[in-house]
Amino acid sequence: MAVLKVHGSPFSTATMRVVSALYEKGLQFEFVSIDMKVGQHKSEAFLALNPFGQVPAFEDGDLKLFESRAITQYIAHEYASNGTQLICPDSKKMAIMSVWMEVEAHQYDPHAAKLCFELCIKPMLGLTTDPAAVEDLEAKLGKVLDVYEARLTQSKYLGGDCLGLADLHHLPTLHYLLGSSAKKLFDSRPHVSAWVADITARPAWAKVIAMQKS
Amino acid sequence: MAVRKLYGALDSPSTMRALASLFEHDVEFELIPVDFQAGELKKMPSLSPFGELPVFQEGDLTLFESRTIMRYISHEYGKRGEEQVYEIPKLQGIAAAWIDVEDHQFDPPASKLIWELVFKPQKGLPTDEGVVEEEEAKLVKVLDVYEERLSNSVFLGGDKFTSADLTHIPSLYLLMKTPVKRLFEERPRVRAWYRGVMSRPGWEKMVEMVEKVRA
Repeated sequence: MAVLKVHGSPFSTATMRVVSALYEKGLQFEFVSIDMKVGQHKSEAFLALNPFGQVPAFEDGDLKLFESRAITQYIAHEYASNGTQLICPDSKKMAIMSVWMEVEAHQYDPHAAKLCFELCIKPMLGLTTDPAAVEDLEAKLGKVLDVYEARLTQSKYLGGDCLGLADLHHLPTLHYLLGSSAKKLFDSRPHVSAWVADITARPAWAKVIAMQKS
Repeated sequence: MAVRKLYGALDSPSTMRALASLFEHDVEFELIPVDFQAGELKKMPSLSPFGELPVFQEGDLTLFESRTIMRYISHEYGKRGEEQVYEIPKLQGIAAAWIDVEDHQFDPPASKLIWELVFKPQKGLPTDEGVVEEEEAKLVKVLDVYEERLSNSVFLGGDKFTSADLTHIPSLYLLMKTPVKRLFEERPRVRAWYRGVMSRPGWEKMVEMVEKVRA
């Protein structure tokens, strides 16, 4: 089998998204650390992998890919028979999972990522969190989570009855938000809370977090 | 055969995306216009939990998010010999990456320019030229990457027309009516590409439906 490589940072949510899929599938891969503090993601070598200069970039033999959610979908399809099943063979069930994958990208992630920035990244950079922005973002994310709460009363996982990419894609920002005051947004909604507890307890996810410590 | 319905608003780029995909694949459907401004969608929360259009129904399958509808149609209704998806995961992976490029790189500046140059004038609001300049500079960077991509790929997603190209139709349709058109014209491969997209049946039929309602 060709060598799989991920070029990125273990702290980047998009990189973590791809790595989580690889661990769920039990696939061996090489991790190439990209130092964004020195602008390595804008170097010619990296731009040859992702012309938009963003982590992660991914290689499978001579295939080069970027955009984390396209990479996870590729992994889920190409390695469908390895490890955890992350997609549905039935086209209508896959369409429903696909709805919730788009929801993660368009409804959840914009607010979650900005909230991560305010609550988690700004302090790391020595910048001041903006409480008005936090309040606004928490209200917006709360509305999204209300929809999730309703969805999860009818479906065990977001994408359907089985865990899939629609759930997995949330893990990186979820991980950061659970370590912040925004945790209350998830704890206060029982079905969301149970879903969060379930997906964050996965052994593959623990391996992704472990990469941040090494 | 299950009846197909598309709930949408003909002035909405997202609805246009779903229409283009349906027309490209010759899929029969009924358009149910929804007056978004009049709050008609709020009367149908079960259809669209986030209150957005379009919504696609086929029998007991209900889908929202225009890019999901587009992907479902392209996988389910490929015309033999003219499929707009690849069976081989490596090739489909590349097409999927460029679908996400439109979503995450192209659409942010494109939709802000559409707001400033198309929708604001329609509503009698003044265009913010500072925003236009800023967003054009961002779009230019994206189009430079497209120009390079198209030097080693016939279409954005690969060697054939796929959703990676189709997904641009709404923004192209709206931007070509504005001075932003020059940014596409100035880049030879991008120019050839967008003109090719505009000659697709999906484009023509979508435009016919959208412009009929205005006439």
